Amino acid sequence: MIPLLQVAKLRKSFGGVVATDDVSLDVIKGEIHAIIGPNGAGKTTLISQLSGALAPDSGAVTLNGVDITFKPAHTRARLGITRSFQITSLVMEMSVLDNVALAVQARDGSSFRFIKPARSITHIRDKARDFLHQVGMHGRADDPTSALSHGEHRQMEIAIALASEAELMLLDEPMAGLGPTESQMLTEFLQGLKGSRTILLIEHDMDAVFALADRISVLVYGKVIATGTPDEIRNNRDVRNAYLGDE
Amino acid sequence: MGKMTVVSWVTLFGMVLLAVLPPLFLMNGQAFYMDLATRLVILGIAAVSLNLILGFGGMVSFGHAAFIGLGAYAVGIPAHHATWGGFDLIASYNGFLHLGLAISISALFALITGAISLRTKGVYFIMITMAFGQMAFFLFQSLDVYNGDDGLTIDVRSEFPLINLDEPLQLYILSYVSLVGVMLLVRMIVNSRFGMVLQGAKGNNERMLTLGYNTYFYRLTAYVISGAMCGYAGFLLGNFTTFISPDMMHWTRSGELMFMVILGGASTLFGPVLGSSVFILVEEILSSFTIFWHLPFGLMLIGLVLFIRGGLMGLFKSKGR
Repeated sequence: MIPLLQVAKLRKSFGGVVATDDVSLDVIKGEIHAIIGPNGAGKTTLISQLSGALAPDSGAVTLNGVDITFKPAHTRARLGITRSFQITSLVMEMSVLDNVALAVQARDGSSFRFIKPARSITHIRDKARDFLHQVGMHGRADDPTSALSHGEHRQMEIAIALASEAELMLLDEPMAGLGPTESQMLTEFLQGLKGSRTILLIEHDMDAVFALADRISVLVYGKVIATGTPDEIRNNRDVRNAYLGDE
Repeated sequence: MGKMTVVSWVTLFGMVLLAVLPPLFLMNGQAFYMDLATRLVILGIAAVSLNLILGFGGMVSFGHAAFIGLGAYAVGIPAHHATWGGFDLIASYNGFLHLGLAISISALFALITGAISLRTKGVYFIMITMAFGQMAFFLFQSLDVYNGDDGLTIDVRSEFPLINLDEPLQLYILSYVSLVGVMLLVRMIVNSRFGMVLQGAKGNNERMLTLGYNTYFYRLTAYVISGAMCGYAGFLLGNFTTFISPDMMHWTRSGELMFMVILGGASTLFGPVLGSSVFILVEEILSSFTIFWHLPFGLMLIGLVLFIRGGLMGLFKSKGR
């Protein structure tokens, strides 16, 4: 099977620190592939290179067989990759619905259209409401984004990732800062997406990772030390030593 | 949409005042106030155009007066040649030629300088737009054919069928209608799909890139539209003052424009107009008391910016936040 995303020997260093050290991995269509690793392992740096926010020093990233290693973020988004942010990244000045509608609008032909008021384009607004409904936030659609809680912002991140209808969703710690109940709900929600979406998930919450992932790659000091099913990872000696053993 | 907010009432009230008061003054033989109102409305157009990129696009341009100057010289240079000969290609009093030149040259200047400036952000963007503005200023200052620093005085205003710009009332009506037109245009753009992307990029550029929007081109487009509109204001200003000099492009003029926008309230429709009105009226009043009016004026402006968030329009939005 040809993987949806293929990462080959990706390398990125900042000064003397090698943040991404010959990372190779792939993501197969329909799977949830989780990346775990201790703090500072280079997880977010890796995601940034996949989403286009950072350029690698060497190596290659291919999506559906197309080389996207040095494509800018907006081109990758058009090709089918979207990311959510570890630190909430929303347009705070706009309403919740506006934020999601912008994601829908991005998939709805050119936005170089100047005449019709965007908020009166019903098929975009309805679709955006629908995505908010999916994450259980339809009640807050018309509130200003800045008025929402942290947990709700995290949910919006998910709604926006869904609304962008990307083939591959890069989720950077979607559970960050959530309470146990909220994490549990989000885990269940992501479980429901299984099969219909391909997700590369970075997450610290081990319960969530082992419940969700089809495969897990373990990143330590910029290197992938193991990739396998949750069971394989749980029983991997290197992983236990480097990471899980601490617990 | 639906219910009128306080802000929209204020907007409507202000626009009605601007429509009614100046002609009344004129009828009472107080031509001075008509002049003041004309200048105020024309600078209002320039401020509204700046607000498109500053308020809604987050691009703090410190060189916008260059477009006013370009628009004014698009009137002055053809008229100058029509009077004194030379440069047959454009030597004319034809208003449509002046208007076409004003808008197209401003748009072109915006395209070139914007394409470069928008590669930078933050303070660098402010500095580079100011540098381009000063570049235009020094260019016209050095053009001896057009009297350099001393500027051009035109004897004949742009000629149009049906309207006569020598008539103060007609010039005012044209300016006022233009202001309304520009405000409606900005409102349309801001609310469109394009405008949503523009505002999204102001709030969170990285997010917009992640969604697949190449925000650079959205910003550049807005910059060009804004420049062209400001050039149009320059066209009106040239016809109003009939004296066109590089001073119109000086960076302090750009600063004043910026100030009008921020004073009135950036990213509101009427804010820039309110800002230009207050700016010009207060300047007028203070300078009638003392020649040292800059000092109290400056202090007052600093106070306003420090203590009123969101500009004067922010006063009417107190509910909510």
